[in-house]
Amino acid sequence: MQHQQAKGEGKGLPLSSTPPPDYLASDTNPPGDQSLAIELRKISKRFGSVQANKDIDLKVERGTIHGIVGENGAGKSTLMSILYGFYQADKGEILINGKPAKIKSSRDAISAGIGMVHQHFMLVDTFSVLENVILGAEQSAMLKASEENAREALQQLSDEYQMSVPLDAPVGDLPVGQQQRTEILKALYRNAEILILDEPTGVLTPQEADQLFRVLQALKDRGVTIILITHKLREIMDVTDNVSVLRLGEIVATQRTADTSTTELAELMVGRKLQTQQFKKVDNPGGENGIAVHNLTVTDDRGLTRVDNVSFEVKRGEIVGIAGVAGNGQSTLLEVLAGIQSPDTGSFTINNHQANANSPITPKEMREIGVQHVPEDRLRLGLVKSFTAAESSVLGYQNRKRFNWRMFLNIRSIRAACKKLMQAFDVRPPDPKLRSSSFSGGNQQKLILARELDKSPSVLLVGQPTRGVDIGAIELIHQKIIEIRDANCAVLLVSVELDEIMTLSDRILVMFEGRIVGTMKGGEADKTTLGLMMANALDDAA
Amino acid sequence: MDSLLNAQTLLSTLDATLRVSTPLILCAMAGLFSERSGIIDISLEGKMLFAAFAAGTLAAVTGSAWIALGSAIIISVLLSLLHGFACITNRGDQVVSGLAINVLASGLTIVLGIAWFSQGGQTPALASESRFMPLELPLIESIAQLPYVGPFMQSVISGHNLLVYVALLAVPVTWWIVYKTRFGLQLRAVGENPLAVDTAGISVSRLRYKAVVIAGILCGIAGTYLAIAQNAAFAREMTAGQGYIALAAMIFGKWRPVPALLACLMFGFLDAVSIRLQGVSLPGIGEVPVQLIQALPYILTVVLLAGFIGKAVAPKAIGVPFAKER
Amino acid sequence: MSTSNIELPAWIEILLIPILNILMALFFAGLIIFAIGENPIDAVRIMLNGAFGYDEGVGYTLYYTTNFIFTGLAVAIAFHARLFNIGGEGQAYIAGLGVGLAFLALDGVLPAFLLIPIGILAAALFGALWALIPAWLQAYRGSHIVITTIMFNFIASSLMVYLLVNVLIKPGSMSPETREFTEQSWLPFMHEVLGIFGIEVTRTPLNVSFILALVCCLLVWIYIWKTRWGYALRTAGQSEAAAIYAGIKPKRIIIITMSISGALAGLVAVNEIMGVHHRVILNFTAGYGFTGIAVALMGRNHPVGIIMASLLFGVLYQGGAELAFEMPKITREMVVAIQGLIILFSGALALMLRPVIVKIWLAIKPVPSAMQHG
Repeated sequence: MQHQQAKGEGKGLPLSSTPPPDYLASDTNPPGDQSLAIELRKISKRFGSVQANKDIDLKVERGTIHGIVGENGAGKSTLMSILYGFYQADKGEILINGKPAKIKSSRDAISAGIGMVHQHFMLVDTFSVLENVILGAEQSAMLKASEENAREALQQLSDEYQMSVPLDAPVGDLPVGQQQRTEILKALYRNAEILILDEPTGVLTPQEADQLFRVLQALKDRGVTIILITHKLREIMDVTDNVSVLRLGEIVATQRTADTSTTELAELMVGRKLQTQQFKKVDNPGGENGIAVHNLTVTDDRGLTRVDNVSFEVKRGEIVGIAGVAGNGQSTLLEVLAGIQSPDTGSFTINNHQANANSPITPKEMREIGVQHVPEDRLRLGLVKSFTAAESSVLGYQNRKRFNWRMFLNIRSIRAACKKLMQAFDVRPPDPKLRSSSFSGGNQQKLILARELDKSPSVLLVGQPTRGVDIGAIELIHQKIIEIRDANCAVLLVSVELDEIMTLSDRILVMFEGRIVGTMKGGEADKTTLGLMMANALDDAA
Repeated sequence: MDSLLNAQTLLSTLDATLRVSTPLILCAMAGLFSERSGIIDISLEGKMLFAAFAAGTLAAVTGSAWIALGSAIIISVLLSLLHGFACITNRGDQVVSGLAINVLASGLTIVLGIAWFSQGGQTPALASESRFMPLELPLIESIAQLPYVGPFMQSVISGHNLLVYVALLAVPVTWWIVYKTRFGLQLRAVGENPLAVDTAGISVSRLRYKAVVIAGILCGIAGTYLAIAQNAAFAREMTAGQGYIALAAMIFGKWRPVPALLACLMFGFLDAVSIRLQGVSLPGIGEVPVQLIQALPYILTVVLLAGFIGKAVAPKAIGVPFAKER
Repeated sequence: MSTSNIELPAWIEILLIPILNILMALFFAGLIIFAIGENPIDAVRIMLNGAFGYDEGVGYTLYYTTNFIFTGLAVAIAFHARLFNIGGEGQAYIAGLGVGLAFLALDGVLPAFLLIPIGILAAALFGALWALIPAWLQAYRGSHIVITTIMFNFIASSLMVYLLVNVLIKPGSMSPETREFTEQSWLPFMHEVLGIFGIEVTRTPLNVSFILALVCCLLVWIYIWKTRWGYALRTAGQSEAAAIYAGIKPKRIIIITMSISGALAGLVAVNEIMGVHHRVILNFTAGYGFTGIAVALMGRNHPVGIIMASLLFGVLYQGGAELAFEMPKITREMVVAIQGLIILFSGALALMLRPVIVKIWLAIKPVPSAMQHG
């Protein structure tokens, strides 16, 4: 953390990253800088044991586009939610146009001139664009006047910024790009002078994204201040004036965009952690395929393509890691291979069993053929929070003979088996009768991993094995995954933690917007290249 | 059979339809407000029952129909606030809360009725001054001479008590509020996507409380109608499931005022006709059991909900307590 | 600040809070009695005396308890799969039809040792069928099970009236009920059973279906917590995603669970028709199906809790009858009002006190144990 700031020194903005002067700590706060649209001072927010934001100092100049980048979970969305009044900061101060502002609700934020375009749109699908825009900004008790007024104003706005939207169409029927425009129009109709966009291009086509950026540029030219939250470095380089990097809840640098590069930002974003573990990499394993995926495509129920024509193989005795920013299709891919979702087109062979849209394999059959799955979302899928650890330790295997006696569950053998798993994987406290939810994240994860590895899988699917897991547990979990690989199991690892991918994988695939955009050998991978691949910006940096 | 096709019989059946539909219409509009805001309301029955009891009691004690109406509305609104306190403030289960109100009303109205009046749960019979009595529409005598329209106006439309007209008026007013006012826009929004409403700077709780209070007012009028307009006293369990029929009608009308009105009239017509059909054999069908006609509203609602005739899509956020904090 | 994810010790969650909720309900019931002008303390005394003071009272209390155990279990097992079965009333009613049809056809033909199991099976089967339709509609057509089961109560009621008035009515009779079944189909009364062992008790409607109810409690407990089917049921109820992950089919769970739930509710017909009335009569279910919801909420969906809650309601029903006799101002419907209060406080407002209790607990709790995050 410290050396990162030092690195930014010299080219960093004079108004950023400097250690806070002493008087800030005193009760009398200094007056704000009038040229700043937003100034955050020492904003901190904690959720339970997670420190989402820590002592955030941020200055956003008026009439600029300010980018905020960071990995998933770096605290970007929390910070913006605080600014928009959705959460209250535990401590710290917000200044709008140099004046302290108390933002306790969205209403306060709106009246302070802040508009927000959420990552998941806040629209009423059954309403027309017009109705969505006037909701909460009606001028009188009757709608007619508001509607006429808004229609006129929206016409002007859409002419001015060239973003036409059919005002009377139900929003739910519109393409995503137009829904997003509705959100922007909503903010502008409320006279927003500060516009926050949270991952705005995540759901857009490249063309739609380009249109969006033209609109943002036009808004900036008319004096609107824009905060752009994204993990896509190319966008930052293209459209922002300044950029701040968040990592683990803290701002690690704020720089003029012109003075930085994608490479530098990628490094700042992922940080440089000391590699604690070194494992032997397997190069070109000769064995047969554990998993072979052919032209697999999956669309979700909204019709968006989540996995886009993906093909790859995982050999026995090899760990293939899939890197990528969350939401780029790797989760869907994992669930399809585990039999939880079914593909639309394409097929895959897993442990010599073929599956496609017409002949899917169920999760139950997967377990029977020796495919084990450690799910990404352990609290939703991996265990049942209200169950005892013993009960959770047979989830998916509840029908196996060794856990049943005639028509009854054999509680004694379940507990004994659970106890054994707990000892083998150092689950603490090793008490099978405790509720699953009362274990820490790391111990829950060790229990799930123990449950799956205990079945000696020939194919192992692992998602986010160390998310929310303490350091000690991480080492053990990694050790166990390597051991199962060395036992000639084919391992597919999905993780948003680049360190983890690099530590464990023999081969690394990078996913971006549903496609595999890059491949590297585990032994040759470097973080910067991977980071660029994850942002699909490798060509730009070259 | 002949008697069924007789014009006079038809008119009197339609007249009866309007009378039995009145509480259904009021309750269906009540349910519409509540459910459009995202709060399931199976307590229409209980609110109406308690309101009927309050109206019967106050009319008997004070002799004023208007005081009776006022107190019925107050009682019903208080029950609505209880429902709101449980489901909005405490995020309790909306079905359980509604059920509690129904059961409570069913028991308490009888307990209090017997304790206060000792007439087996009835309230004392009312003189016509303390009731809402039938009104002749102005000029009806002259209109009555017109062919077709005249008898219809005279026999079906005219000659009801004030609350029947209030119910009929409640439908366009509901339609207007829901579709033409700021409150209506916000109401429809909060039942679909409360988060969108919240981020637009509107209080979700306050909006939902307003909606359930309106539901309370309408159920209060419905109860008053039963006790001191359609009848001359409160009788135990006098709602007899009409609150549920109204709920069914509202669902049948797909949470929209005018279709809900039509469903109420249809269910009311079935009710009115079932009495006439008793023991009558229809050509080609034979005798239709009265019970079948009585069960028809429920059967039709089940069939509709199963998606066999059209699709009834409830407000998206219905039944889900709104939680902001993660 | 949200307190919902702060864990409290088990004794607070499963004992203290439920008891406080019931006390609140009873407090308001006392207020009502007080408002009517009677003394709540006297009322409690009269009720307890009526329910337990003499053997006839005990018999009646347990007879009511039997019905509540059946319907309470029915609601509870559905709750564990996160299904709200409001249709116990209709399922019990249709189960009576099953018993009636079976006995009208067979009661002169078969001996008791065949008739009685057939009657019980018919009750369970018809109850299950009446729950199966809403279950199927929920699983495969997406209809809301709460609304459908409510509608099915009314449909059941109309159907039974029609059948009793027009089809099953005893020929030549004016009242809408079947003929009395032959004595081979009667369940032994408890006073008869105890008489065999030389214990003389007063004649009451209490019959051996009380024992069946207790056996059902045990079976439900075993099913939910001790078998793989119960494991699947609870998994699906807690998290549909986890169920799918574990290879459990949530739709199938809906169908199976609702069938069991309907069958349990149907057993009310065993107590009422095979045990007491010996014929099918109108409205023999008398609201027991709805009371089952209060019982399940109060008993926290656990068989032991359900037995206790059923007993409480048995006391309220029997003691309430006594109370109506002793205090003419108070009627039996007081029990219904109390039931409403219990549904309110143990159900809809179950979490009302929790934030306060969390605050108190955090203030007074012993030093945190070693179970920290990490």
